[in-house]
Amino acid sequence: MKFGIVRFPGSCDDIDAQLACERVGEAVLLWHADRDLQGVDAVVIPGGFSYGDYLRAGAIARFAPVMESVAEFAREGGLVLGICNGFQVLCEAGLLPGALLPNVSLRFVFRQVRLEVVDSETPFTRACEPGRTLSIPAKHASGRYFSPEPVDVVLRYAPGENPNGSQDDIAGVRNAAGNVFGLMPHPEHAVDPLTGSVDGLSIFESMRVSVEARVAA
Amino acid sequence: MSRVGGGRVVSGAATDSRHAALGLSDLEYDRIVELLGREPGDTELAMLSLMWSEHCAYKHSRRLLRRLPTEGPAVLMGPGENAGVVDVGGGLGLAFKVESHNHPSAVEPFQGAATGVGGILRDVFAVGARPIAVLDSLRFGEVARSARSRYLLERAVAGIGHYGNSIGVPTIGGEVYFEHAYEQNCLVNAMCLGLAPQARLIRAAAAGPGNVLVLLGALTGRDGIGGASVLASAEFGEGDADKRPTVQIGDPFAEKKLLECSLELLDSELLVSLQDLGAAGLTSSASEMAAKGAVGLDIDCDRVPLREPGMEPFEIMVSESQERMLCVVVPERVPDVVAVCERWEIRATPIGEVTDSGRMRIRAGGELVADLPVGILVDDCPVYDLAPVAPEGGPTSIYPAPEPVSAAVDAAGSAGDTLLALLASANLASRLPVFEQYDPVVQSRTVRRPDEADAAVLALPTGEAIAVSIDGNGRRVACDPRTGAAEVVYECAANLACVGGEPLGLTNCLNFGNPEKGHVAWQLSEAVDGIAAACEALSVPVIGGNVSLYNEAPAGPIYPTPVIGMVGRLPDPARAGRLAFGSEGDAIAIVGGFHPSPVGSELAKLRGEPLAAPLPPLDAIAALGAHRAVREAVRAGTLTSAHDIAEGGIAVALAECCVAGNVGARVELPEGLDPFAEAFGRAFVVSGPPEALAGIGAEPGGPRSGHAAVPVTVIGRVGGPALELEGVLGVPVAALAEARAGGLAAAL
Amino acid sequence: MRVRVLVSPKRGILDPQGQAVERALPALGFDGVSNVHVGRLIELDVDDPARVPAMCDALLTNPLIEDYEIVEDVSA
Repeated sequence: MKFGIVRFPGSCDDIDAQLACERVGEAVLLWHADRDLQGVDAVVIPGGFSYGDYLRAGAIARFAPVMESVAEFAREGGLVLGICNGFQVLCEAGLLPGALLPNVSLRFVFRQVRLEVVDSETPFTRACEPGRTLSIPAKHASGRYFSPEPVDVVLRYAPGENPNGSQDDIAGVRNAAGNVFGLMPHPEHAVDPLTGSVDGLSIFESMRVSVEARVAA
Repeated sequence: MSRVGGGRVVSGAATDSRHAALGLSDLEYDRIVELLGREPGDTELAMLSLMWSEHCAYKHSRRLLRRLPTEGPAVLMGPGENAGVVDVGGGLGLAFKVESHNHPSAVEPFQGAATGVGGILRDVFAVGARPIAVLDSLRFGEVARSARSRYLLERAVAGIGHYGNSIGVPTIGGEVYFEHAYEQNCLVNAMCLGLAPQARLIRAAAAGPGNVLVLLGALTGRDGIGGASVLASAEFGEGDADKRPTVQIGDPFAEKKLLECSLELLDSELLVSLQDLGAAGLTSSASEMAAKGAVGLDIDCDRVPLREPGMEPFEIMVSESQERMLCVVVPERVPDVVAVCERWEIRATPIGEVTDSGRMRIRAGGELVADLPVGILVDDCPVYDLAPVAPEGGPTSIYPAPEPVSAAVDAAGSAGDTLLALLASANLASRLPVFEQYDPVVQSRTVRRPDEADAAVLALPTGEAIAVSIDGNGRRVACDPRTGAAEVVYECAANLACVGGEPLGLTNCLNFGNPEKGHVAWQLSEAVDGIAAACEALSVPVIGGNVSLYNEAPAGPIYPTPVIGMVGRLPDPARAGRLAFGSEGDAIAIVGGFHPSPVGSELAKLRGEPLAAPLPPLDAIAALGAHRAVREAVRAGTLTSAHDIAEGGIAVALAECCVAGNVGARVELPEGLDPFAEAFGRAFVVSGPPEALAGIGAEPGGPRSGHAAVPVTVIGRVGGPALELEGVLGVPVAALAEARAGGLAAAL
Repeated sequence: MRVRVLVSPKRGILDPQGQAVERALPALGFDGVSNVHVGRLIELDVDDPARVPAMCDALLTNPLIEDYEIVEDVSA
């Protein structure tokens, strides 16, 4: 299982995502200016402030050369995970529906939140224990999810846990085909018992299981 | 603008007041003329006015700072470099430093605080270390009464969050306090830690005549022109709104790219030396690089990439535009440096070269506009002795008594109401509204987040961990500068002990008023002596720091406020301590001799009592013993919790442990112990299985080990829904939590 | 030609910045203020102003959540 973590100027949680993926498989960094995806089985677009969040978060990163290859990879059914700024990039790129707006509080907020797994059949959640909430840190200033059309929700903030005013408490959504998934909380910061909860591991585990099932098929 | 001055020798008083407008005294100007053998040209005068400002030259503090111990077995780089570095094992160095950005933050708090963070980050990666954490110490006026202080607090916190979060460095700790004495002069001190393989550590000294001086990063504009001398070396008077154009604007995205680029240049061994540009911009960076290397530098202003058209040479030389670095490169490697910089979208421009002249020669428009011996900029600034005068009538002759807060805290009120009022007060309430605006987890090292323990803990690649705390005090130092300042150092070490950390080194920021006034000079001198004594006793060297003087308004000076950032080492991060009470039935004990006093306490402040002296004397041996006992018990993994006793005394310490653990306690205090009296840095509240508490302070070497017995007094048990101090108070934990949660939320 | 693009949040989407400003003004003594929205201004010198709408759709705005108005400065 080989993960590719995209690195833009301004990406912050890229190495963290790499460390998390390395608990489950191999993980390489994909430089923004490079179209070569190095034969990875899944792409991760990490958190941070790509291009300083200039204009709108993710608005400039979506035009990076690597994103052309990621879009093609997604069209062909490859797994793409967008975390926080990565979620913003995927929405700006049209690979996921909707948009992320500034938090209702107008402030950056860090909070360990509990998430309900609404859809446990996706390649990103199939290894999550049914009925169990995931405790994962959220840290963002523009995480309020908005979509005028109905969307396929994967994760919701548990009652009382919505840190940003997202409609319907939406924390993560997938595309219609189910191979692209974006979430605002950071599963890569919930993989090590020394630093907190390990509930985020199940998302990376799910991806590995999905890829291996595909290869076996 | 005139060019370099002519050959005429001038003696006696200055004949014009250019220098006065730039902050130089007549005496200082005459000294310049004497040293140069002629009058300085305009560019030279601007450069000298900044290098000879208090902020850059430490005129009033340099002699005093020599009293601080700076050596120790773990010290890899001491004071004098961009940041100090200690050895943390495994071939790794930990760089750290604290710096103030007080005056810019009072003028524009968001950008002032943001660029304060940016500047200290650059100091750390200038020595070759990757920044891995930020902590900040903030002080404002009373937010309950002052809309301006609420505004400063809100914007400064937003600025720190903006810069730190955007650049991907976690903010893992800090402190914020409120006193009327800071109403006109807020304090924003930012600390940064960085990690480097020891082989990548680099010094700032320029070397190798013929080598190229390369400017990296942002364009140079008019940011902060004259900032250092105009803002930081003078007291605030009326009409400061027009100082706004001199405030620097920070861009964390630019700095992120600059950081990655600089570290890659160092990993590729492409640089001879590296220096960041901070106060006084090119002038100070270049002259310091030259001075350390005992070389000269030629700089061509025409080659400096500019953001604004028509900038004069002096503006280019003193601009404080952010996110720039200066490096020295051997000529053959310059193309490689440019290539790495291009990849990171960082501008790299050769602007000069190293010479053996020992002089700073600046050219613009083909002409020589400045020609100064390096020494006159860096070494020859007059250094002043302080003239300390102890204030007759003590601290009340300098500071008015605080305004009383509420009837709930006067002597007639119940102890339970007093405890709730203390927890709800701005200095003790929960800081969650502040630190939830910061990212504490990026880089995946954080083992203890804010509010989980008394110090932050970061895991190292070696499998060990470091602990770090930043602590300061103003009011207690105003009461008794020598003991108060020593207490700050002890409190920092006590915080490290609570997580199992042993101190390796510290950095200090001294925030004081106008040192030309006798009583401030006395505060400064006493405080430095107190810090020096504490460092000697604790065997903790000072590896670097900062001084911010002239924090004074017409009404008077700030409280004398030393801020200490201390780093320690712990062998097993999995055993890092916590402050929350845990299991029902755990025993609770006080560790360490605890003989507190109401003098300088939070309760005395809320009651509006005038400042008094002295503070309870510090027994160094006893305090050290208590620190060691707690540290070892935490490392042994036998305790449930450890928390030092500080503001609010033992009652507040117990309440904090209850609230954090969401469980009560039943306690009987030792006879005569005032629940709200204070003594910092020497006593702890710990909890755990009774057998574990019995083993605290038991030396493996037995009575012959030479360590005195550490008092351990069991006072009760964890359990129940309330904090009960027998015969004193009983308050439900839910009420304690509510009081604590509300205190600051209203201000933010 | 100097062109200014005024970008505003789409009507109907919660605009907490606009609300914050609307709440703050009366406290400073300014009454009779309502319907406040906070957006962003982008200024450009362009050879062909007819291409600006396409620029807005491609990069300058997110049509899902923003509306825009183009103002041409004929005096420039």
